[in-house]
Amino acid sequence: MNLAIRDVRHHAGRFALTAFGLGVLLMVVMGMGGIYRGLLNEGTLLIDRIGVDVWVVQRHTRGPFAELSRVPRSLVERVAAVPGVASACEFVTHTIQRDHQGRRLRMAVVGLSWPTDKGERLPLVAGRPLAQNHYEMIVDRKLGLSLGASLPLGKDTYTVVGVTRGMTTWGGDGAVFVTVNDAQAIQFDQPAEAVRLERAARRSRAERQDLGRAQPQLLERSAGPAVNFPALGTPNVSAVSARVAPGAAADAVCATISAWGDVTAMTHARQQDLILSGPIERSGRQLGLFRTLLTAVSAIVMALILYTLTLEKLHDIAMLKLIGAPNRVILGLIMQQAIVLGMLGFGVAYVLGQFAFPNFPRRILLVPMDLLKLAGIVLAISILASGLGIWRALRVSPGEVLSR
Amino acid sequence: MSSAPKDAPAVQAHDLTKIYGSGNTEVVALREATLTIHRGEVAALLGPSGAGKTTLLTVIGLVNPPTAGRLSIAGQPVLDGPDALTNLRTFRRQRLGFVFQQSNLIPFLTACENVQVAMELDGWPRRAARRRAMDQLEYLEVADRADFYPTSLSGGQQQRVAVARALANEPTVVLADEPTAALDSRRGRQVMGLFRKVAHDNGAGVLVVTHDHRALDVFDKTYEMEDGVVRLPADPTTATVAR
Ligand SMILES: Nc1ncnc2c1ncn2[C@@H]1O[C@H](COP(=O)(O)OP(=O)(O)OP(=O)(O)O)[C@@H](O)[C@H]1O
Ligand SMILES: [Mg+2]
Repeated sequence: MNLAIRDVRHHAGRFALTAFGLGVLLMVVMGMGGIYRGLLNEGTLLIDRIGVDVWVVQRHTRGPFAELSRVPRSLVERVAAVPGVASACEFVTHTIQRDHQGRRLRMAVVGLSWPTDKGERLPLVAGRPLAQNHYEMIVDRKLGLSLGASLPLGKDTYTVVGVTRGMTTWGGDGAVFVTVNDAQAIQFDQPAEAVRLERAARRSRAERQDLGRAQPQLLERSAGPAVNFPALGTPNVSAVSARVAPGAAADAVCATISAWGDVTAMTHARQQDLILSGPIERSGRQLGLFRTLLTAVSAIVMALILYTLTLEKLHDIAMLKLIGAPNRVILGLIMQQAIVLGMLGFGVAYVLGQFAFPNFPRRILLVPMDLLKLAGIVLAISILASGLGIWRALRVSPGEVLSR
Repeated sequence: MSSAPKDAPAVQAHDLTKIYGSGNTEVVALREATLTIHRGEVAALLGPSGAGKTTLLTVIGLVNPPTAGRLSIAGQPVLDGPDALTNLRTFRRQRLGFVFQQSNLIPFLTACENVQVAMELDGWPRRAARRRAMDQLEYLEVADRADFYPTSLSGGQQQRVAVARALANEPTVVLADEPTAALDSRRGRQVMGLFRKVAHDNGAGVLVVTHDHRALDVFDKTYEMEDGVVRLPADPTTATVAR
C-alpha cells in the first residue's frame, strides 16, 4: 500500500492548494525563461526574415539595428558592382511612436526596396504584399491594426494591405513595412513652414555668393524642392543590404567592401551577434539572475512546505516506526510526496502559462529544452528539499507516540 | 533468533531501571522492576497514576531504552550481550503488538488500511492482508466501519481497530495500555477474550495495564506497581486498585 498516495488523498484539498501555489511560483520562473527566449527570438526574427547576407553601414557604427547609421543612397550602386554580390537594396529603418484612435502605437518602420522587394517573403497571416510603391503598408499583428485600416503618417495616409505575425524588433515594437521612399518620407517629414524657411535660407545664402549672382537659374532653383538642386545630396538611407550570388562567400564580399574608407560591412551572422550581444545581452543577464533567484526561492519555499508537511506527520511517522516500518518506508513517504508535489506544481505552472503567457505584453517563448531542464531542476529541488523533512523524520523516536 | 529455546518465557525482565532527566528534574520511573510472562499467559499490571506502568510497557516494547537492567523476549536478550538485537524495528514488527492509551491509529489510513499496513510491512501480499484485516475487524464488530477514517470513528471503535492491528501479525508479546478504557464492559470483555485467544492459540504473552478490577478474573496473574516498583501479590483477588 502506498502511504504517500494515501496521505495525499486524505488531505487532497490542502495538497491541491499547495501544489497550485507552488505552480504559480514555478510559472513565474518558467515565464522568466520564456521572456529571455522571446527576446532572443524577437531580436533576430526581423533580420532573419529580411534575409540579407551582407549589411553595409556607416563606418564604425554597429547599425542599423543596434545603433543609428546613415549612408548615402548611391552606395547601393557601388555595392551592387562588387564581385559576388547578386543584388543590393537600400534599407531604411527607424522607430516612431504615434497615437492612433486613443492607443499608443510604437512601430519600427522598415523600408522595402520597391520594386525588387514587395514583401512577398514576409510571414503574412492576412492580406497581400505591397502592390503599389506608395501609400500601402504591411503591419505586424501585434500593432492591432486590421486590414483596410488607414493611418496618417507624415503628410500621407497609408492603408493596411497585409498583416504579418511575429515581426517585432528586440525592443518589442511591431514592424511596419512600406517602400523605401515612403519610409524616408515618414522619416524626413517636415511641416510646410519648416520647408519654406529652409528654402528661404538657402536662397539668401546663394544671394550672398558670387555663384548665386552669376547664375540666376541656380538662385531660382535653390528656392525650389531639394531634388532639383544638384548641390544638395539625396536623403540618406540607414544601410545597404546585399545578397551574395550563389557560390560566392559573404566573408569575401565583406572583406572587399571593408577596404573602402567610408563604410563598414558585416555578415548576417555578425549582425545577429551584434544585436544579441548588445541590447539584448544585458536584459538577458538580468532575467537570468532573477530566474536563478526565483528558483532558489522556490527551492526554499518547497523545503519549508515539505518540512511542515513532515512535522504534521511526526506522530504518524513515530507510529509507523512503532509498528516496525523500516526507514525505507518513511523515506519513501516523504520523498514520493515531494516529487508528486513538485511535478504537480510544474504541471500547474505549464497549464496556467498556456493561458497567461499569450496575454503578456512581450513575447514569451517556451522552448521544449528549457521546459525539460526546468522539470529536471524541479525534480532535483523536490528531492533535495525533502531532505530537511527526512532528516527530522528519521530522528523521531517511536516512543514519542506514547509520551503525548 | 533460532537459538532461542521454544519454551522460553515470552517476556523476562530483570532489574529494569529507568531514570528520566537528571539533577533537579530527575524522575525514577522504574526501580529494579522484575517480571516474567510465560507463553500463553495473560498478565495484568495495576497501579496508581504515575506509578510507571506506561514506562514499563515502553521499555519492554523496545521503544524506550532502560537506564539499567536485562530484558529477554522469547528467550532472546534484546538489550545487551552477544545476542542483542541490532534491528529493533524488524523485531517489533514481527514479535510485538501494541495497544496504547491514546488514539494510535494513522489518521490518513482507513480502519481497514490501518490493520493492513502492519501486515503489508511484514511482507503479506495485499489481498491476503486485506482479507485477514477484514476478518479481524469482523470479529471485533467494526467491519461496517472498515472504510472510515479514524476521525469518524468513536473512541471505542478506534480502540478495537487498534487491537485488530496489534494482533494482525500474530505477535509473541502483546503490550496493552488500558485497552478497555474507552469500551463498554461487554466489548471490554470481548477484547480481553481476544487476548486470551491469542495467548492460547499462538502461545503469546500478554501484558495489560488496567484500572478495571471487575475484570481481574480473566488474568492468569496480576502485577502491582507503585512508585516504579513491581510486586507480585500472592492472591490476585486481594489486589488493590488505586484510581
Ligand atoms: N518522557 C518523560 N520524561 C520525564 N519524566 C517522565 C517521562 N515519561 C514519564 N515520566 C514520569 O515517569 C513517571 C511514570 O510515568 P508513567 O507514564 O509510566 O506512569 P503511568 O503509571 O503510566 O501513569 P498513568 O496511569 O497516569 O498512565 C511519572 O512520574 C512521569 O511524570
Ligand atoms: Mg500510563
